[in-house]
Amino acid sequence: MTVIDDISDVPAPDAPLAPLLEVRDLHVEFHTRDGVAKAVNGVNYSVNAGETLAVLGESGSGKSVSAQAVMGILDMPPARIPKGEILFQGRDMLKMSGEERRKIRGRKIAMIFQDALSSLNPVLSVGYQLGEMYRVHQGLSRKDAKAKAIELMDRVRIPAAKERVGDYPHQFSGGMRQRIMIAMALALEPELIIADEPTTALDVTVQAQVMDLLAELQREYNMGLILITHDLGVVADVADKIAVMYAGRIVEDAPVHDIYAKPAHPYTKGLLQSIPRLDQKGQELYAIKGLPPNLTRIPSGCAFNPRCPMAQDVCRTDVPALHPVGTARGSACHFWKETLGE
Amino acid sequence: MGRYVIRRLLQMVPVFIGTTLLIFVMVWGLGDPVAAMFGDRTPDPATAAQIRLEFHLNDPLIQQYWIYMSHVFEGDFGKAWNQQPVTELLKTAYPVTLRLTIVAFVIEAVIGVALGVFAGLRRGRFFDTGVLAMTLIVVSIPTFVTGYVLQYFFGVKWSIVHPSVGEGAPFKDLLMPGLVLAGVSLAYVARLTRTSVAENTRADYLRTAVAKGLPRRRVIVNHMLRNSLIPVVTFLGTDIGNLMAGALVTERIFNIHGVGYQIYQGIVHTSPATVVGFVTILVIIFLLANLLVDLLYAVLDPRIRYA
Ligand SMILES: Nc1ncnc2c1ncn2[C@@H]1O[C@H](COP(=O)(O)OP(=O)(O)O)[C@@H](O)[C@H]1O
Ligand code: SF4
Ligand SMILES: [Mg+2]
Repeated sequence: MTVIDDISDVPAPDAPLAPLLEVRDLHVEFHTRDGVAKAVNGVNYSVNAGETLAVLGESGSGKSVSAQAVMGILDMPPARIPKGEILFQGRDMLKMSGEERRKIRGRKIAMIFQDALSSLNPVLSVGYQLGEMYRVHQGLSRKDAKAKAIELMDRVRIPAAKERVGDYPHQFSGGMRQRIMIAMALALEPELIIADEPTTALDVTVQAQVMDLLAELQREYNMGLILITHDLGVVADVADKIAVMYAGRIVEDAPVHDIYAKPAHPYTKGLLQSIPRLDQKGQELYAIKGLPPNLTRIPSGCAFNPRCPMAQDVCRTDVPALHPVGTARGSACHFWKETLGE
Repeated sequence: MGRYVIRRLLQMVPVFIGTTLLIFVMVWGLGDPVAAMFGDRTPDPATAAQIRLEFHLNDPLIQQYWIYMSHVFEGDFGKAWNQQPVTELLKTAYPVTLRLTIVAFVIEAVIGVALGVFAGLRRGRFFDTGVLAMTLIVVSIPTFVTGYVLQYFFGVKWSIVHPSVGEGAPFKDLLMPGLVLAGVSLAYVARLTRTSVAENTRADYLRTAVAKGLPRRRVIVNHMLRNSLIPVVTFLGTDIGNLMAGALVTERIFNIHGVGYQIYQGIVHTSPATVVGFVTILVIIFLLANLLVDLLYAVLDPRIRYA
């Protein structure tokens, strides 16, 4: 197996402790007719090898946009990144050339999308789409690439891979299609996988299978995983830490058990309360009141204040910083102590 | 795929019979062909009766059609008004019209798709706006106007090309008529391609292709174009019939002796065999063109192939 012009695998000697990926103060805005939509407003998070970070938040909170910025697949324009750093293995990807970034995509960082049916090319066989990774990035022949594609399909446990390698996406079930997406992301054994709501489009029965497969492969290859979801239920079993997003910012980040035990931000608390629970069957489900803000007119102060049951005057004027809570967590709430203490 | 082809071929049989029977009835069944043959003169009853017998004119129309078709399949299309076999007319006229149609089709497909792809990739920029404006102008002017105008300027006034097409319709003489014939279709192809390309550049699967780290060229050629061209191929295929019909008009402008000329002669001289013969071949060409499109469509889009 020959690897053509691979970028250096060896970390710089002075950066052995740097996280695999570190996003610092990332801002993304969209210039639209209605004004500037500030989709991402200073996001910070980091992932280490073998670690799973769950990014959680309501629809529209900027989860996908920040992930696409990391991946380098935002359409610019309309998107713009006015500020921020995205350090991958210690190097800022925002300062790299387009060609350099392209070579990271697929080889070092891969992405899995929500809707596998629309995310796979309808007119190319899955074997072609899988094999393409090897043909383009490693210069393999058509025949060798096909053999590798079959191997991949076996890995993600698609039955009769040899017979089905020439089939097209529409001939597979939803769960199988998402397995193919996972296989494609896995092809070059990247260091980091970003999975954007990988199970949201699937039947409940296959959601768990696909999630288990993803978690298992992540452990096996010791990859970093960013798992984007709006479903707190999915996260508990697989994530190491959680970053909760609201209106383009991280409002709370913490190890997974801390958050479940004691949320330090009223928004996280609201999300936790709105999970259906067996012991509360029959009771009306809690829902956070109101709607996420219009991103062209984000409220001053804490963006969550119009919906927050604990909001005070200071919340409408001062933007809360991410206060450290203990050693490994943070909460962007003026009243994080009160929130924790209840 | 094999079963798909056979099914499509079988479907062509009733369409062929239906259309040719219709034209046969219209030409032979309305009016008196014997009287028409003699024009102003009145034939003596004995001759008329003999002709009726010879052409099976006393039999029911459906039987006449049957007799005609069995002759056609033996390569006998009957005789034209001047006793020339219709097959000879077919042999001289069809290559000319087909060549004109092919020239127009190639111009339409190559230039139309190229303009559409580049406009679609540069949405909202100067080139795109230019293509939109130009195609709108082309679409809104009738073909015979563009035909006569181009013929006047390029052929007569500036003498860049021959104003009319010479004997045997050489290829270089057909460029101008081909362009005129292709004009409107070319504009539609360019617009359709542009829209399709623009739609596909926003598609999820294209985002995946970029996320895979594929080079831009590969993303566009291997992933986007194939999908974008599916509706364009369908349009091009169905447009072959349209082009052939348009060719009959273009032939008159540029004085080309093709199918249009012969059908016109056949009508003027009341020669049913000529008209029916030419139309029968026209129907066959339409059907084959449609078959070709359907097959190409199935090759391009696996969702059709396995439906
Ligand atoms: N192409 C775009 N043009 C304009 N606005 C966009 C575009 N893509 C995303 N946005 C804005 O970014 C916001 C965040 O989107 P997204 O990251 O997809 O949210 P989610 O957290 O549901 O993944 C959306 O509410 C939308 O207003
Ligand atoms: S800062 Fe104020 S408004 Fe924002 S979450 Fe905390 S209490 Fe609520
Ligand atoms: Mg999203």
